[in-house]
Amino acid sequence: MKFAIAVHGAPHTSQASASAYRFARALLDEGHELYRVFFYRDGVHNGSALAAPPQDEQDLTADWQTLARTHNVDLLVCIAAALRRGILNADEAERYAKPAANLAQGFELGGLGQLVDAAVHVDRLITFGA
Amino acid sequence: MSTLHTVNKSPFNHATLSQCARLCHDQDAIVLLEDGVYGALTSSPCATDLASLLARGVALFALECDLRARGLEARLLPGIQVTDERGFVRLSLEHKTLQSWY
Amino acid sequence: MRRQLLFINRHSPYGESVARDALDAVMTAAAYDQHISLLFLDDGVFQLLVGQAPGSIAQKSLGASLPALPLYEVEDIYVHLGSLQARGLSPEDLILESVTLLDDAAVQALRARQDHILSF
Repeated sequence: MKFAIAVHGAPHTSQASASAYRFARALLDEGHELYRVFFYRDGVHNGSALAAPPQDEQDLTADWQTLARTHNVDLLVCIAAALRRGILNADEAERYAKPAANLAQGFELGGLGQLVDAAVHVDRLITFGA
Repeated sequence: MSTLHTVNKSPFNHATLSQCARLCHDQDAIVLLEDGVYGALTSSPCATDLASLLARGVALFALECDLRARGLEARLLPGIQVTDERGFVRLSLEHKTLQSWY
Repeated sequence: MRRQLLFINRHSPYGESVARDALDAVMTAAAYDQHISLLFLDDGVFQLLVGQAPGSIAQKSLGASLPALPLYEVEDIYVHLGSLQARGLSPEDLILESVTLLDDAAVQALRARQDHILSF
């Protein structure tokens, strides 16, 4: 079966991202397909390459990257939510004349249409709210 | 077609679980996760609501990792089932839609 | 493929961004030609209250945007009656004229018709 996950919470603030990550791992372990993880609202902070959590704490950005690499999962960061919160790729940093780009490797910026596209293509859509 | 509800707020601070219980269909199920697992305590303000859901055949689950993290495993209402993430995934497939109460 | 998508709004309009974020998602889904239903539940019913003037807190009015939904062909707009009553409101207090009021059983029936629920 195909799943999509919507993540609405920032790591280090609420449990939402960590819960979503564990659910993602479990559904892959169960042999299902993860079509897309859509990071919306404060969830976009999962895609920051500049977060530097203490070494003895979970690094969710790195965890998502590993998941994307090993299972070919689409990590989609809502562009409108990301721009508001200062998560930019190189193109957007240039467009808005910002001094840096910080979207982590393995994550992509995209529109809310990608959430709708996921809803159209999957059997189950689950939201992890904060 | 039934719905799997997830609740991640403590009923001691929020009305989330009681409203979820009110709108729960007999064929639905509820998974308590994160701070939602405080709803599974014997002292839960929703204990009566949950007992009547159980009597109507609604299955109630609490996520094991969240219970353990909070030291709650020995304080659960009778009838609450404990599940892990893989069980949570399987539950999500037993119901057509997923509603997140947060 | 056209899917039945139910957006559930449970939060009040200005203290958090969730109501605005839900509206953006609803408008997008409508543009993608999906069958959209919108349910206002719990504090979500406050999104529909007349007389909002959030300029006082430097925010855009959600109450001004919601009446445009039918222009986006979002016409299935539902309000949970119990949530309205619990907050001392009646249908005359709402900015939308064409909402359908649902009791608890009707909310369950609405959910049962959906392919997915988007929870906000």
